[in-house]
Amino acid sequence: MIRFDRVFKRYPNGREALSELSFDLEAGEMAFLTGHSGAGKSTVLRLIALLERPTRGQVIVNGKNTGTLRRGAIPAFRRQVGFVFQDHRLLDDRPVYDNVALPLAIGGVPRREMDKRVRAALDQVGLLGRERSFPLELSAGEQQRVGIARAVITKPPVLIADEPTGNLDPDLALEVMNLFQRFNAVGVTVLVATHDIHLLDLFRVRRIHIEKGRLAAVPHVAA
Amino acid sequence: MSLRNGLSILLERHAQALLGSLGRLARQPLATLLTVLVIGIALALPAALYLAVANMRSVTRSLDDTVQLSVYFRLSTTEAEVKKVAAAIAARHGIAQTKLVSPDEGLAEFQKLSGIGDALKALPDNPLPWLLQVRPAPPQDSAAAVESLAAELRKMDGVDLVEADTAWVRRLHAIEDTMQQLVLLVAAVLAAGVLAVVGNTIRLEINGRRAEIEVTKLVGGSNAFVRRPFLYSGLWQGLAGGLLAAGLVTLGLFVLEPFVARLAAAYGSSFALQGLSITEWPVVVGSGVALGFLGAWLAAAYHLRRIEPRA
Repeated sequence: MIRFDRVFKRYPNGREALSELSFDLEAGEMAFLTGHSGAGKSTVLRLIALLERPTRGQVIVNGKNTGTLRRGAIPAFRRQVGFVFQDHRLLDDRPVYDNVALPLAIGGVPRREMDKRVRAALDQVGLLGRERSFPLELSAGEQQRVGIARAVITKPPVLIADEPTGNLDPDLALEVMNLFQRFNAVGVTVLVATHDIHLLDLFRVRRIHIEKGRLAAVPHVAA
Repeated sequence: MSLRNGLSILLERHAQALLGSLGRLARQPLATLLTVLVIGIALALPAALYLAVANMRSVTRSLDDTVQLSVYFRLSTTEAEVKKVAAAIAARHGIAQTKLVSPDEGLAEFQKLSGIGDALKALPDNPLPWLLQVRPAPPQDSAAAVESLAAELRKMDGVDLVEADTAWVRRLHAIEDTMQQLVLLVAAVLAAGVLAVVGNTIRLEINGRRAEIEVTKLVGGSNAFVRRPFLYSGLWQGLAGGLLAAGLVTLGLFVLEPFVARLAAAYGSSFALQGLSITEWPVVVGSGVALGFLGAWLAAAYHLRRIEPRA
């Protein structure tokens, strides 16, 4: 589902974020993406969501080669990848409903179906009934869950998350991570970038560890 | 996906953008009002100028009828000779009407109009020649045609002098042509102004919704989807501006009407101001819509391209 093949990424400012990174994530698999800050975790996620293209090498997501996908096809490609952000990127001036429904509005989903699916997505993240609330009226954990509802509402085959628990206390982090595992259980390929050692211990899932832009052995000493 | 389904999705999307943009404009009434006002005034100006020229032309069109040549015969020419030449001129192609004025008739008219009748009576002989007034028929009444007709008449037997007082007609036409060009020029300059104003409004709107645009692109919104509400926003403002312009012009005419009527009456004319016709209304309103849309499109194309999502 996600394949990195000797991916090299250099940013326009000359910084080399990834070099010769190769890994595979099968359809329906779940993995943690770990490594120190600056190791290249965010770059990996940016490449998967096609916010960046690889300088060299291939990134194949959902059967599409992101290096050669034409510009006009990017929006449709991104709708196949749910992205959860550390700062959740919600629109504070819009109620929860509008935030979650945004990907459906883009797809031109009729209003009635939209209502149904927004409720279903909010139900999945435990926020049913909060449609009319504004993001700032919610707690950090709830905001993050709204972000997750938005990421999964189009039922994307791939779900990626960048430090989704970075701003959450351990209980909320656990809650959020359980959600990811539930989506994985229904067949969604999930890749979560994190450096939350507690979670790594609690969830026995595959780890893709990168150091200095390369795949590295998972360090043995966990917490 | 069936065609019908696809169409209804497309309509749904457009309806959302259409109403959404209207709602956003309503939430910023002052900014919207100012933009609409600028568009309205910028369109009303050339429209008013255009009407001024059109009305002027309708007045001068009736004046054109009076373009005439005065053919004076030599004093030595006999009445029979004069009548023969006059008949020949009247039979020419392109002559609408001729009128022969004998020296006696001429003198009588002169006495009546000049107010020095008594002095004229003292003259031993009638000093006036035979006069033929020639009025050319419409396509031949252009300044150039009248000039060449005069040249030909001058060569005829017994003709002493031909006066073709077309200079004023020519000047008038030149003024009208200049005004018409001015209308085009003013319209072009103001259209560019409208584009700039709408473009700037849309730019501010885009900046104000930067976060929303980024997030929309992040979750897979195409450029067309992101652009749509801004295009509709420009369209609405252009429509309102166009309607305002047409309204302003109509209001201006309403205010001027009695004054023009009084002026026309003083000249013994039944002239009445012409307003925007049923075909000119859509042109004014349509210009507003087109300029609003184009301005928004240009601004959106330029500014939206530069907003790429970060994560």
